[in-house]
Amino acid sequence: MIEVRIHGRGGQGGVTSAEMLAIAAISEGKYAQAFPSFGPERRGAPVIAFARVSDTKIRNRTKVYAPDIVVVLDPSVMKIVDVEEGLKEDGLLVINSGKSIDELRQEFGFKTAIAKVDATRIAMEELGLPITNTTMLGALVKGKEVISLDSLVAPLEKRFGRIAARNIKAMQRAYKETIVAGKES
Amino acid sequence: MAKKIGIEVSLAISEAVKLADVDAIAAYPITPQTHIVEHLSELVADGDLNAEFIPVESEHSAMSVCAGTSAAGARTYTATSSQGLALMNEILFIIPALRLPVVMTLANRSLSGPISIWNDHSDLMSVRDTGWISIFAENGQEAFDLTLQSFKIAEDHRVMLPINVNIDGFTLSHVIEPHEFLSQEEVDSFLPPYDPPLQLNPDKPVSMGMVGIPEIYFEAKKAQDVALIESKAVIKEVFQEFGEKFGRTYNVIESYRAEDAETLLLTMGSIGETAMEAIDIMKDEQGKKVGLLRLRLWRPFPVDELRELVKGIKTLAVIDRAVSFGGTGAPVGGEIRSALYSTEDRPYVASFIAGLGGRDVTIKDFMDMVNLAEKMETEQEVHEYKMIGVRE
Repeated sequence: MIEVRIHGRGGQGGVTSAEMLAIAAISEGKYAQAFPSFGPERRGAPVIAFARVSDTKIRNRTKVYAPDIVVVLDPSVMKIVDVEEGLKEDGLLVINSGKSIDELRQEFGFKTAIAKVDATRIAMEELGLPITNTTMLGALVKGKEVISLDSLVAPLEKRFGRIAARNIKAMQRAYKETIVAGKES
Repeated sequence: MAKKIGIEVSLAISEAVKLADVDAIAAYPITPQTHIVEHLSELVADGDLNAEFIPVESEHSAMSVCAGTSAAGARTYTATSSQGLALMNEILFIIPALRLPVVMTLANRSLSGPISIWNDHSDLMSVRDTGWISIFAENGQEAFDLTLQSFKIAEDHRVMLPINVNIDGFTLSHVIEPHEFLSQEEVDSFLPPYDPPLQLNPDKPVSMGMVGIPEIYFEAKKAQDVALIESKAVIKEVFQEFGEKFGRTYNVIESYRAEDAETLLLTMGSIGETAMEAIDIMKDEQGKKVGLLRLRLWRPFPVDELRELVKGIKTLAVIDRAVSFGGTGAPVGGEIRSALYSTEDRPYVASFIAGLGGRDVTIKDFMDMVNLAEKMETEQEVHEYKMIGVRE
């Protein structure tokens, strides 16, 4: 089972990222869960969402305490939230940042594997908005192939309707542009 | 087997209500139930469901409208949570007394105060004695299946009672997970149209909701109680028919790996699935003789089935998600002690309260509760109830 925690700010669509991941996984015949952190929804405040993907039925309904993957939609939350909390030693951080992986390691002391992309830039260019939830799905899949990138296309089409094509393009671009670095020894 | 669809549990319930082809829905939005009726209002507005969707100004009105539409012979549905259920309270007593088969989803949420939108079972426990049938779903598939089965149970002429189907707020209502839907043909082959034995009809007038003078009130209440107790046989019958038809079988108490157990955990609602994980770890990795009972039917309480399932058990740890302030046990724990008191060789019953107001109940919490219950049994500790996971 792969457990995922997504960090963003209210209004950035972190819950939607988790949902798209779960729906895509279920469409592949896997088992999956996606759920919000169940707090009051406040635009701009740091929020989290969770997802689980597994080949067998998922019964655990608690929050994710020891994620395999942590996705950071908004680089600014790394300064106020310990995004590494509970992350497994061989886990993966998927970060939206304009900085290099080395700079991120230096600034925050990250030791785990990192998949990094400048998702805000891609989202601004493709969507005209700094909303990175769909873009970062591309980075997540590049970092670890939890599901195939193609499986996300149908759920995104259904959810985003007329703006789906741009979101799918942003996701596919992020998949190509994401740089992955292994765990620091 | 149908393909599994990834969808939010609330929306899966709406789909079940649509497949049941309800005639009337009256509801007022309240977190965490809102998505269910929101989606139903869309289905009605889009013409996908031919029903009256009656928006009202409060839950008291929602349940009052349900009384009216059900009395008129309409298949009637509503959903609520927490404060909304509290506001319905007056009418909740009247629905079963009038023998109206209303089906309601209760997305369980704590009651204020402090203000809390999160999950526990204090809302249901506050209406325990209203006379409704109460059933618990543990996952989205069960919520879908039990919603459909509830119409069949409620409308059976041997029953004619309302049902609340309980789903844990947020921990079920807001989760996207796989569901296997039934087709309209499959549902139609299982659930016949509602055939009301009596209905408000100007061409054939009847009176409903009459005064019960002292010479008749008592008998009316006895009849209502007998009807609720006897509904259990129909519930089991419908569970069995559903299982034979669609391959998913339900029981009034579900038993998990309890064969050789000396200690049993007993849960209600979605924490039962997390508890199964704990049972697997304790059995397979620690060699402990434990098992799990999951109480699906809360009202009418399955006394006989419980007594049978705990025979030979040393310790029974009952986990409640509500408080009966100053009582002799938590709501479920106290009830189970009472159900077992007259039996010989009854197990030691530890009554625990966990996960109030959305506090997570983790795999470790279940293991801790098993160990604590066994210690209490060894020491024959006298207690009313213990709160687990609360900071002191």
